[in-house]
Amino acid sequence: MTTQEALFNYCLRLADNHLILGHRLSELSSKGPLLEEDIACTNISLDLIGQANALLQYASSVENKGRNEDDLAFLRHERHFYNSLLSEQPNHDFAFTMVKQFLIDAFNFYLFDELKKSKDLTISALATKGHKEITYHLRHSSTWIDRLGLGTDESNKRTQNAINELWRFTDDMFVMDEADKILISEAIAIDLNTIKPKWHNTVNAAFEKANLKIPEKVWMQYGSKQGKHTEHLGFLLAEMQHLHRAYPGVKW
Amino acid sequence: MSDNQGILWEVFVQTKPGLPHKHCGSVHGHDKEMALQNARDLYTRRNEGTNLWIIPASEIVASSPEDIGSFFDPANDKVYRHPTFYKIADGITHM
Repeated sequence: MTTQEALFNYCLRLADNHLILGHRLSELSSKGPLLEEDIACTNISLDLIGQANALLQYASSVENKGRNEDDLAFLRHERHFYNSLLSEQPNHDFAFTMVKQFLIDAFNFYLFDELKKSKDLTISALATKGHKEITYHLRHSSTWIDRLGLGTDESNKRTQNAINELWRFTDDMFVMDEADKILISEAIAIDLNTIKPKWHNTVNAAFEKANLKIPEKVWMQYGSKQGKHTEHLGFLLAEMQHLHRAYPGVKW
Repeated sequence: MSDNQGILWEVFVQTKPGLPHKHCGSVHGHDKEMALQNARDLYTRRNEGTNLWIIPASEIVASSPEDIGSFFDPANDKVYRHPTFYKIADGITHM
């Protein structure tokens, strides 16, 4: 694997994480639990899709094969998406959605903070810009963890249930492969092992404060870095890619 | 949509440091942080401001429309309350 191939792959991962999470969150648009929360979630979704767009543009220029960001977003198949398993999970109830957002926001918060120092100037610039938005996303989702955990018995139960269901996808975010190794040696990517303890502390502290617990002895699921996904991604892509595939090159 | 959208908060946005906060609308929220975040998402996403105040709508004391006569009319016929008889030095722009 050349550095260029590794960098292309790395950009796709960063972009896909944001694109799929952003698309999932956009499903709440007009269906949010409260009018204001509907707007908040749609705004966050737009932030994520905007960052994904910029990352895919960069991936496109790194690949240099004439595929633009739309081609990469709408014409790749499921096995060529590298978003984390966690990001593609369905929303279910609002507690489930917020736990998922929170776990990923905390991950993105530390990842993008480190990527500001990347030797690749485009990645460093995109990380600097993105980190401001992510800081807000984390503030938004962590206050919901508090509110739901300390709210009613029902809200605490649903939030704990979401954590129990989603925890098995968390290790998948930290998997590294050859692309990471190549880019870490060039100080372009970061070693995810360095952010894992910070992520774990943040998550654990937030859960403890909100009377919630990380489940013990969970069988971890992996696969996203090889394009192996849960059954949910295919349905998401079918919906997300439908318009572009039905009307190739459509503009409005 | 839930039946209970939380209490109503009034939102004040400061467009630039040093300028007064101006009332721009209201939001719902169940607590201070939620109301603040909602206000941010509704009113400051297009560079409208640098600072936000939110205040529970129920905490605002307001005069009522019936008060217009007794509160504000007496100002009309007392020209001496307005500093219009003074000469203002050149160069003073805002009085």
